[in-house]
Amino acid sequence: MLKNLAVLGSGVLFGLGLIISQMVNPKKVIGFLDITGNWDPSLAFVMLGALVILGVTQHFILKKPKPLLAAQFHQSTKKDIDTRLIVGASLFGLGWGLAGYCPGPALVSIAYGQLEAGLFCLAMFAGMWFFSWLHASK
Amino acid sequence: MNDFTPYSALAGGMLIGLSAASLLFLIGRVAGISGILATVLTEKPNTSSWQIYFLMGLVISPLLTNLASILPPDVRLNQPLPIIVISGLLVGYGSRLGSGCTSGHAVCGLARLSKRSIAATVTFMLVAFITVFVANNGMGI
Repeated sequence: MLKNLAVLGSGVLFGLGLIISQMVNPKKVIGFLDITGNWDPSLAFVMLGALVILGVTQHFILKKPKPLLAAQFHQSTKKDIDTRLIVGASLFGLGWGLAGYCPGPALVSIAYGQLEAGLFCLAMFAGMWFFSWLHASK
Repeated sequence: MNDFTPYSALAGGMLIGLSAASLLFLIGRVAGISGILATVLTEKPNTSSWQIYFLMGLVISPLLTNLASILPPDVRLNQPLPIIVISGLLVGYGSRLGSGCTSGHAVCGLARLSKRSIAATVTFMLVAFITVFVANNGMGI
């Protein structure tokens, strides 16, 4: 219970960060991606803020033998840059550039009651289900 | 339209970094939203799955900013509905095929200097830059 509440708190922090930084505003995202037009570099500062805080704190966190409320740290062990990674990232970039939504902001936007955000999320869920169906059937 | 907001961007980014750090500190997990979401959607989670609680926190966060009278940013999406559906499908499928999205690769992966995440971030940023360029200059979307 304590663990679940603590994780809920982490989720709230993430959402607040997305709202305050305006990552939840698709126009802001498109403005950042529009490097040859009327470029708005704000979102580079979102990445900078996140990377500095996480980079510094995880240096200390990962020195601990284990996390506070779990048995071990889980980090990806994959090392290879393969076709799947690059094709997947390309498709993701295409979708991100078309609408200005990535998964976190899209989920947060549901609470604002926008039809478009709900529709985007349903399509995103479908894309994830399709991936898991495709790879389970092989 | 494009007002530069470095301070709120930096503050929000720091909260995102703090969230990812807290998740690592508490339960040793990576705050990659697409991976967390896919687990809940496709792997029959139960009430003890941490992923559900993280997503609940994410989804209720706008209610808290509303209570605190922080004005919601403009979140309207003015694209035609077919474009929204296509982009949702691409983001969902692409984030799974590429093992991560903006949070997993461009924040958590870059913070630990993962080569895969650097490659993925450069790739999706480049493709997104080109997509916006083409949409603004060539197709009139």
